[in-house]
Amino acid sequence: MLRFAFGGLAANKVRSFLTMLGVLIGVASVILLLAVGNGSSTAVKNSITSLGTNSLTVSSMGARGAAGSTVKKLTVDDAKALASATDAPSIKSVAPVVTTSAAALYGNISYTPGSIIGTYPAYFETANQKVAKGDYFSNDDVLNSRKVAVIGSTTASQLFDTEDPVGKKITIGGTPFTVLGVLQTKGSTGFNDPDDVVIAPLPTVQNAFTGFGSVNQILVQATSADTTTAAQSDITRILMGTHAISDPSKVDFRISNQTSLLTARESTTKTFTVLLGAVAAISLLVGGIGITNIMLVTVTERTREIGIRKALGAPKGVILGQFLTESTLLSVIGAGLGVAVGIFGSHFSIVGIKPVVIPESVLGAFAIAVAIGLFFGSYPANRAASLRPIEALRHE
Amino acid sequence: MSSQKPPVIQIRRVTKSYGHGDATVHALRGPDDPVTGAPLGVNLDIEQGDFVAVMGSSGSGKSTLMNILGCLDVPTAGRYLLDGIDVGHLDEGQLSLVRNRKIGFIFQSFNLVPRTTALAQVELPLAYAGVRSAERRRRALAALDMVGLTERAGHKPNELSGGQQQRVAVARALVTAPAMLLADEPTGNLDSRSTEEVLSIIDNLNATGRTIVLITHEDEVAHHAKRVIRLVDGAIIHDVRQAPVNGLPPALLELVGVRA
Ligand SMILES: Nc1ncnc2c1ncn2[C@@H]1O[C@H](COP(=O)(O)OP(=O)(O)OP(=O)(O)O)[C@@H](O)[C@H]1O
Ligand SMILES: [Mg+2]
Repeated sequence: MLRFAFGGLAANKVRSFLTMLGVLIGVASVILLLAVGNGSSTAVKNSITSLGTNSLTVSSMGARGAAGSTVKKLTVDDAKALASATDAPSIKSVAPVVTTSAAALYGNISYTPGSIIGTYPAYFETANQKVAKGDYFSNDDVLNSRKVAVIGSTTASQLFDTEDPVGKKITIGGTPFTVLGVLQTKGSTGFNDPDDVVIAPLPTVQNAFTGFGSVNQILVQATSADTTTAAQSDITRILMGTHAISDPSKVDFRISNQTSLLTARESTTKTFTVLLGAVAAISLLVGGIGITNIMLVTVTERTREIGIRKALGAPKGVILGQFLTESTLLSVIGAGLGVAVGIFGSHFSIVGIKPVVIPESVLGAFAIAVAIGLFFGSYPANRAASLRPIEALRHE
Repeated sequence: MSSQKPPVIQIRRVTKSYGHGDATVHALRGPDDPVTGAPLGVNLDIEQGDFVAVMGSSGSGKSTLMNILGCLDVPTAGRYLLDGIDVGHLDEGQLSLVRNRKIGFIFQSFNLVPRTTALAQVELPLAYAGVRSAERRRRALAALDMVGLTERAGHKPNELSGGQQQRVAVARALVTAPAMLLADEPTGNLDSRSTEEVLSIIDNLNATGRTIVLITHEDEVAHHAKRVIRLVDGAIIHDVRQAPVNGLPPALLELVGVRA
């Protein structure tokens, strides 16, 4: 029976190949697109852990939503109040942050890093930034406003290429900074590059760029992931004190939890995965319709042959079996190649996302493709097998 | 006719028509009812072991009758009893068994399976009967040998001449050793020598007790039969017996007669 089926397929190689191609593309795209979706949500998950799950970001609300009331910006004093509070045991460390942007010069190379951050050493731990080479700057550097910096790996490779940046001087906005260390690569999440930064002591950056007024953010590290909620209420209470606000609904700052932020982003990528999956499923269905179409053509073409076989006493089951075997063979080979292509394709990163194959999607896509072959093949096969011999023989 | 066995084929008031209304073609109609003028249908009994030649002009309904006898088509009206069983009551599966086991059919237009070697063609009915592959091959080769095509066993239909294709079709009909052989102009495409060969095969089959129904336009072929039926416009108008049912077919009798 298998030999008959192979013979039938071989008799029309181009047609069989194109049909298989339809199934192949369907299966491969299901596997690949789901892998891309899965890969991007894995990347988000990784960046949640890399950010540190117990960090909180306090930022100013700005002028908006505070009509009539004066909005106090966040200041270094706010940060000091948080750090020195004795009745806030859930707060582990505090780092005020100013962010700016400027071009950095090394020799005759000019490069504008994603951001220039002025902060305290506590920032490194809170933001889960570790140095790979050299050292962090110290509290002493902050107190003395030393012109030192730690740079991210992307910035390092842009400015220094293969040179060792540690100890070299780069000029940012006219101020020369000595590079103390290079951060470990965190890897892009596909949205922004956390490795494209220059981190320097807060007063140095304020002095050179932002002035000594407000800060952009205050990064707070809670003692553990479980105490972030307690830390959040502590921060609210203390800052309401320093900003002299009595009504909790009128606070002029916002505390965001990195985890919740990224969880939201993760759910976005889930939706994205589902959408990709739907698109892929449609192409699989189209592949299935291709099989039906081809089997219908094949059956029509071979109606006379079916008539001869029936006249020789072929039972309905045998005819049915022959055509079903053919269509199943088409879909099995197509799906098998599709799995191979899908898995092969997932070794390449696509739009900056490293696909991660979901094993269930491989099995599922294969099973669905084969089921489609059986299901859609059975209609033409059944039609062929039910013909009366003489009708089939008369067919032109 | 004093036969103790019931006829192997009994058809009663069988009609077959195609199309509707004014365009209706009565391919089989039998005599008309003298009162109403409606077709009464064809009645025909064929004894076991008989050798019947069906003659008639083109379009007279010979193939139509044959297709009904071979269970390839169903009559518009009337009953067909094969070995006493009403074929109209059989289901799909039983019909395919009947076609496979009881009937060997030779088509007017060969009807070989395309892209399939002569040997595989002849093996087909055996395969559907569930015969094992070694046995199948042995019997198929024997049947091909009988029609003188042993050297052409590996050829496909498009590599065979018309006569050779015809003989493959004959071998395919013989290979299951059916009790009944239905042949729609089996010698229509053969030269006189091949015709004699095929006919002698058929004569021998009849001599071993098989029932033969054969359509032909040629009188020489019809001489081989024990009984000749003539169709005109879907009705039997002549039914002549040339030799007794229980005996050798005329051609073999002549041979014996010459020797005696
Ligand atoms: N499927 C069909 N549809 C319509 N008419 C048909 C069909 N099959 C046969 N006929 C008609 O029935 C009549 C009998 O046809 P049949 O094939 O039995 O002729 P025949 O006696 O075998 O002729 P020949 O000697 O040429 O083979 C013809 O008039 C033919 O046109
Ligand atoms: Mg005919």
